[in-house]
Amino acid sequence: MILVFCELKEGKLRKPSAEALSEARRLADAAGVRVGAIVAGADCSGAEDAARYGADLILKAEAPSLAAYSSDGFTTLLAEAVQAKGASVFLASATALGRDMAPRLAARLGVGYAADVTGLGLMEGRLRALRPLYAGKALATCDFATPVQVATTRPNVFPVTESPRAPALEALPAPLSDFKAVVKELLAKAGGRTELAEAEIIVAGGRGMKDGANFKLLEDLAEALGGVVGASRAAVDAGWGLPHAMQVGQTGKVVSPSLYIACGISGTVQHVAGMGGSRVIVAINKDPEAPIFKLASYGIVGDLFEVVPMLTACLGGRH
Amino acid sequence: MKILVALKQVPDTETKIKVAADGRSLDPIDVKWITNPYDENAMEEALRIKEAQGAEVVAVSVGGERTREMLRNALALGADSAVLIRALETGDPLSVARHLAAYAQGKGFDLLLLGHMGFGGDNGAVGPMLAELLGLAQATVVTRLELGEGCFRAEREAEGGTEVIEGSLPAVITTQRGLNEPRYPTLKGIIGAKKKPLEELEGTATEAAISISAIALPPARPEGRKLEGNAAAQAAALLQLLREEAKVI
Repeated sequence: MILVFCELKEGKLRKPSAEALSEARRLADAAGVRVGAIVAGADCSGAEDAARYGADLILKAEAPSLAAYSSDGFTTLLAEAVQAKGASVFLASATALGRDMAPRLAARLGVGYAADVTGLGLMEGRLRALRPLYAGKALATCDFATPVQVATTRPNVFPVTESPRAPALEALPAPLSDFKAVVKELLAKAGGRTELAEAEIIVAGGRGMKDGANFKLLEDLAEALGGVVGASRAAVDAGWGLPHAMQVGQTGKVVSPSLYIACGISGTVQHVAGMGGSRVIVAINKDPEAPIFKLASYGIVGDLFEVVPMLTACLGGRH
Repeated sequence: MKILVALKQVPDTETKIKVAADGRSLDPIDVKWITNPYDENAMEEALRIKEAQGAEVVAVSVGGERTREMLRNALALGADSAVLIRALETGDPLSVARHLAAYAQGKGFDLLLLGHMGFGGDNGAVGPMLAELLGLAQATVVTRLELGEGCFRAEREAEGGTEVIEGSLPAVITTQRGLNEPRYPTLKGIIGAKKKPLEELEGTATEAAISISAIALPPARPEGRKLEGNAAAQAAALLQLLREEAKVI
């Protein structure tokens, strides 16, 4: 069995979880095995949503002690589920939670772990993973040597496919609540925006933005496109008051949106490592020799302070 | 307080990646080796705690001969002692975590700090694995850390905002850029480092749970096109292409 840890939000599967589950279904069909989805929390309503993406079995761990995420608590829950179901593959999405939990689970089980994979294959029970190294400057093929195999899937890479099932439902016993570390609260950021790593459209600014206040232009364009705003390291380090959380690049976020619009970004190795996997790249820069143009699907040599507002206006203003 | 800082030596992040003749590793020619950037934040945090409340700081690394230079630098920055666990790099985070756990077990560390991810391997796995092997609390990708009596409060970036994690000490904390501003070693520190102990241990070989069978460079992107005309013409052309050709908006 392939077990997939699924995160819920507002009674629905989060998109990165739907992606992992869809990929599990594809692997399972090719290998002739079953797919189990695990959800955990104080309120698991919406867990049935996993059936849409091909879960044959939905395991629900619903208990007050699971209201907040705990690395060690969830590890105990999941390790017991993997063992009880005799699962050979465990997948989660490489979200903040997935990347915190999955390696701990692999260590609990004493098995191999591949992080942030962009391709998977399952042959005779052995998982083969494709994953970026050196922030995407190389791609590795990884082979597992253990009978159970744990991997996290990179968001925005695996397509979501609906293949509805009539799943069996099963309740899992919750672990005891003497957890060593627990998430106490979420300090929400303004607007509750989409996370950079999960965004379909990113409008990013670099040193060419000249000032933090000018990022308003990018916010307007991002809003018109339904995207989010990112920044290069040069912009974050420039002392313009941009948070590190906005940084795209080797020492920031690695993103792979459908559309990445780079404004006033020269395209250093460090930046490209974070966004080179984007499907369509647009570069707007006044320097025709900027390396970003080598990467760009569409390049505009020009003044971003003219072009960006023009794009926003053509899209019908701010909305 | 006793703090362990685990460091990894990695290729300079500006390194142009070339695949070695074996097809499964990085060609080490022309590679400049540095301390993993996120580990610098781990080291800095340990030194700040040492300065604020007093602590013994031990720097540890799993690696080969050239790793000594990085550990000397850690001593120059302010670590009290350093330990090199000699082992081959396999690319398997579990074996690295096992080496570190075998060393740390029973030594009474209150806090174990590591960068949240080693540049290159990009797994971000050794911290959580180490926490598990030692049966400790963990907080990963931390941008703010406060210590109390036998407990900690950490902030980390997560989807939708900043998560606040509270847990008990001892704990494993993995650090993210933004936690602090790492210092440079002083001349006095560099001279003083020569007198500090740098212990070497032989790592016990463990079977890798995962291995890399091939490395390839990502496929080159197809040639793009430049859009001509004034800003209005460029903007109109771009939106049309994004809608009709690329179909992304």
